Amino acid sequence: MQRRIGQSIKLILLILGAFLMMFPFIWMLATSLKTLPEATAIPPIMFPETPQFGNYLEALQVAPFGLYLRNSILVAGIATLLTLALTVLAAYAFTIYEFRGKTVMFFLCLATMMIPSELLIIQNFITISKLHWVNTFQGIIIPTLASGFYIYMMREYFMQIPSVLYKAAKVDGCGDFRYLMRIMLPMNKNAIATIGILTFISQWNSFIWPLMVAKDDSHRVMAIGLLHFRDAVSSQVNLQMAGATIVILPMLIFYLVFRKQIIEGVSRGGIKG
Amino acid sequence: MELRLKNLVKDFTGTRAVDTGELTILDGKLTGLLGPSGCGKSTLLYLISGLQKPTSGRIYFGDRDVTDLPPEKREIGLVFQNYALYPHMTVAQNIAFPLVNRKVKKAEIRERTAKMASLVQIEELLNRKPNQLSGGQQQRVAIARALVKRPEILLLDEPLSNLDARLRLEMREEIRRIQTETGVTTVFVTHDQEEAMSITDEIILMKKGVVQQQCGPQQMYLDPVNQFVASFLGSPPIDYFRFPLRDGRLWITEGYSLPMDVRHEGGILTGIRPEAWGRGDALQVQIQTVEHRGKDTLITFGLAGTRARALLDITDTVRPGETIGVTLRPQFLYLFDAESGVRIRQEEEQ
Repeated sequence: MQRRIGQSIKLILLILGAFLMMFPFIWMLATSLKTLPEATAIPPIMFPETPQFGNYLEALQVAPFGLYLRNSILVAGIATLLTLALTVLAAYAFTIYEFRGKTVMFFLCLATMMIPSELLIIQNFITISKLHWVNTFQGIIIPTLASGFYIYMMREYFMQIPSVLYKAAKVDGCGDFRYLMRIMLPMNKNAIATIGILTFISQWNSFIWPLMVAKDDSHRVMAIGLLHFRDAVSSQVNLQMAGATIVILPMLIFYLVFRKQIIEGVSRGGIKG
Repeated sequence: MELRLKNLVKDFTGTRAVDTGELTILDGKLTGLLGPSGCGKSTLLYLISGLQKPTSGRIYFGDRDVTDLPPEKREIGLVFQNYALYPHMTVAQNIAFPLVNRKVKKAEIRERTAKMASLVQIEELLNRKPNQLSGGQQQRVAIARALVKRPEILLLDEPLSNLDARLRLEMREEIRRIQTETGVTTVFVTHDQEEAMSITDEIILMKKGVVQQQCGPQQMYLDPVNQFVASFLGSPPIDYFRFPLRDGRLWITEGYSLPMDVRHEGGILTGIRPEAWGRGDALQVQIQTVEHRGKDTLITFGLAGTRARALLDITDTVRPGETIGVTLRPQFLYLFDAESGVRIRQEEEQ
């Protein structure tokens, strides 16, 4: 009996927590379907009388969300692939090879984790403007690729593979790159999926850097696109919320599809999602 | 393929791990590299495989100098102590891996994989993953993978030490069978003298990186060149005594001596193998302990201020404290220099 009460309290608290987390989303969704008077009414109305799906059509016409979506997929996708390639190759080198300055280089790699990324923004911006990369995709993508933490994490996984497998592969006529592709990667595919998903999410959600680099719609990603959309329809809250819903939708689907791996990855890496 | 090593040396920061001198490993035979842990036998195997580079010296496979070749160009198969199978591949993929790397045609890969699987008798396991196999089965897969590329030399690094006792017996017979069937020149590293004695054509016994003796197992047992070799082979091991040598006779006790035609300056150590003793009336001894070993009975008794071990027939019922008569078969008795451990031979033997 006592246990049942305990269970019930736990459940109530969880539902309460979930509701608090979900309320802004529900409010956004509800508002996006209201008329303007409903959206601005005082006292506030929770749900619209008749859902105004037309808001979405209108929102889609105010800003080029299709273009923003394409840019977001392009930026996050390419950045994820390149980050994975860079991480895997660096971690592999740190695992397999013995070279002069290896320890120092690895510590420098780790040291990059100690610097808050906000500190680097100005320096990075100066660098890319000297390269004339302002308002280009490479300007948005390339400075974000190297991650000391992911290299460290990948190396930990690689180091768990017994070195005798490397020797066996050598004798079997398997070169270093082939060993990476045929043995190391398949044996660590979970870790690679985790890093890939986490990179994709953080790229999708990144805001300040793409905001600084992109100067026109053709390079804007969804997160910034929303900012400009807000300026365009500043007084129409219902359209703003429709736009916000459109922006969030792809990530929501992504979360639903990769839910299991994301939770695993977050608990494994001990990092924010 | 005959394997020749010319003054092969490997140094590890200040210590000499291996120094082979001139060493030839017989073509088409099973050779055991035997020695205690840390004697350099695995290092020597890695030098032959190319996974480690020698400090100096040359390695020849037949007439081919392979010293500067990487492992994959040497035409060797290597089996590791813990098998080193690729856990994410099936048995068939594991066996085929060396062929895939060489871009052999698919049909030929299938055919050769199947042939290897039948040689090591794992046809029904081809679609399993390594973690679904027993240790012995994994070892069979590892051997198949090593042999599938038709190597000139097969190297086995302590292949049986991860198996339990029963499987070890089974697998060592299997290794012998597979070696005989394929006729591949095989080098087998082990620290277990019984393993080496039972299946090899020839044994190379090493100590601190240096070869002590190289010959057939029976000859090594019967005719050791020094005290180390005599001690390393045999279970229960050989016992040593400081018997005095006087007037051309070796005095086991004051009343019992054997003719011994040796000239030697300095101290002499006499080694007696437990099977040298038998029932007789040369010597009366009091039994201290009795151990029934199944196929024979091991007794101990005091002799010349130390303890001697003797093997008696299993039907011989003796009890501790009992006094019995024993005698020695002199051919199982060896003399060594007390300082260097070098064998001292009788005049007529030399």
